[in-house]
Amino acid sequence: MENKTSYWQENLRLIFICLIVWFVVSFGFGILLVEQLNEFRLGGYKLGFWFAQQGSIYTFLGLIFWYTKKMNDLDKKYNVEEE
Amino acid sequence: MEQLKLFTYIAVFGSFALYFAIAWWARAKSTSDFYVAGGGITPMQNGMAIGADWMSAASFISMAGLIAFLGYGGSVFLMGWTGGYVLLAMLLAPYMRKHGKFTVPEFIADRYYSKTARIVAVACLIIASLTYIIGQMKGVGVAFSRFLEVEYDHGLYIGMAVVWVYAVLGGMKGITYTQIAQYCVLIFAYTIPAVFISLQLTGNPIPQLGLGSTLADGSGMYLLDKLDLVVTDLGFKEYTTDNMGGTLNMFAYTLSLMIGTAGLPHVIMRFFTVPSVKAARSSAGYALVFIALLYTVAPAVGAMARLNLMNTIEPVAGQNLEYEARPQWFKDWEKTGLLKYEDKNGDGKIQYTASKETNEMVKVDQDIMVLANPAIANLPNWVIALVAAGGIAAALSTAAGLLLAISSSVSHDLMKGVLTPDISEKSELLAGRIVMTISILVAGYLGLNPPGFAAGTVALAFGLAASSIFPALMMGIFSKRMNSQAAIWGMCSGIGVTMLYVFQHKGIMFIQGTDFLGSLDPNWFFGISPNAFGAVGAIVNFAVAFAILQFTDDAPKEIQDMVDNFRSPVGEVASAHDH
Repeated sequence: MENKTSYWQENLRLIFICLIVWFVVSFGFGILLVEQLNEFRLGGYKLGFWFAQQGSIYTFLGLIFWYTKKMNDLDKKYNVEEE
Repeated sequence: MEQLKLFTYIAVFGSFALYFAIAWWARAKSTSDFYVAGGGITPMQNGMAIGADWMSAASFISMAGLIAFLGYGGSVFLMGWTGGYVLLAMLLAPYMRKHGKFTVPEFIADRYYSKTARIVAVACLIIASLTYIIGQMKGVGVAFSRFLEVEYDHGLYIGMAVVWVYAVLGGMKGITYTQIAQYCVLIFAYTIPAVFISLQLTGNPIPQLGLGSTLADGSGMYLLDKLDLVVTDLGFKEYTTDNMGGTLNMFAYTLSLMIGTAGLPHVIMRFFTVPSVKAARSSAGYALVFIALLYTVAPAVGAMARLNLMNTIEPVAGQNLEYEARPQWFKDWEKTGLLKYEDKNGDGKIQYTASKETNEMVKVDQDIMVLANPAIANLPNWVIALVAAGGIAAALSTAAGLLLAISSSVSHDLMKGVLTPDISEKSELLAGRIVMTISILVAGYLGLNPPGFAAGTVALAFGLAASSIFPALMMGIFSKRMNSQAAIWGMCSGIGVTMLYVFQHKGIMFIQGTDFLGSLDPNWFFGISPNAFGAVGAIVNFAVAFAILQFTDDAPKEIQDMVDNFRSPVGEVASAHDH
């Protein structure tokens, strides 16, 4: 039972980290801070525009795979791996 | 033209033969095959199938066109329809897979120990999925009629017959394997023209990089800067900064699409088809890889199509195209009525501007951009034929997935779960197929006689899923105490508020439906458009549920134990797949 609780707590912590990044790249960089970021350039892209139309999607991808990897490690650590 | 027709027949019928062969090869033999493909699909296959399931005619045909005309504002679709997968992977999919049931309402019924909750969930699911299917059937009808040169209603009948054969025969197993083939067809059809166009305009074959590159015309100017310059010269808003309806509206719109994505039952159902919790997590990742392939190309397609269109009409500033010298694609699309020209100043040339008085391109339907794009860029006929097959694949695969969600919710949740629990597996399978047939007929009928609110149906589908199903599932997993009264009232009030708002503005949307900017209205509450209101509905859902929870008893002990159980990848499963 103790184990189960701390497994869940660690999972929640991971989700929390991921969702902060998720929020910052899309709602933050892509929408709320877009004007400030547009002052900078990434090649022909304005930076805020790039986050809104490209960068956020790449970050989402990275997030899911990072979370999947972390959770697989967590499953091992708490010995709750599926056969 | 004859050659184009031949190529189109080959591409469309060739791909059909492939789908039928697959549906036959992988036909369903048991309820488990029918609903969850026997639970044995690998994450990579599942990711592809989700990609095809998810990317509908709206993604394939409409989205790049929307972006072309909305510019930066179109980002809401890009972020909204991909960001939802992050929520799915972390908040819903693994736990629902662990619980191990066939359908979303079944999960809700177990978690909230209530038949009422199950029926509410079934109602949301059917309304959301059916409204979504109407759009798909229409897409199928339009694509068939345009490319095979038959009447719209004949195109629709062909589409209904094709969906019927492989969805009813194959069930989830057949649909999954067909969708994998459809994904391949649609992604090739989407990226090949984009690569050609990017190469033409910037010399860079990768569209995602081409969009950020300099133009190949020797000016050394960045493509996006050039586009900003061209559109602002004609009085349009700057492409890269035009924010649709303001920051708050963009915020709410994106949020609504994200949680709507995570709450759409035909997508969630896909995660029941994988063999393990681990596979459910990585499926979401693979799905997003396959979706991102199209979604990161779409902004390039949109921007480049807009630039090509502008350049065709006004190759050099001040030297407009003579109407008599217009290219063949212009004439072809004029015939469909989706492109209209009116010589207002009588000079025989085409002026395309932002001002209502002087603009002579009186109609440029955004839906033609992707389909016309290869012709505008003078690409070979086989590319145009491929786009036709891709558009049809996108519409068919989504329609099939939605039909499966509807049929399972009726035959499995309503009949087996509530009305006739003693039904045998064989009869349940038959009922599922009958419901599917009825759904196809209803969707076909509504595709022929679209309801007045057709413009709002997609918004309604997302709004409903976002404001009802997503919060109920999330609270069920993350709050052990959440009880059935709170969840049911939450769902009802979330949907209620969203529907009220959408219907309230339905009339407005209907009247302005012909207007290019009709989907934006300064009179909306806090400037939030009905399409974006699902986010507010979801907040209402959460708020009502937690408020009621304060005054009612916590969920019973055995339910809390069940939650503990599905939070962990191992341990006893509530009931096996083959129940």
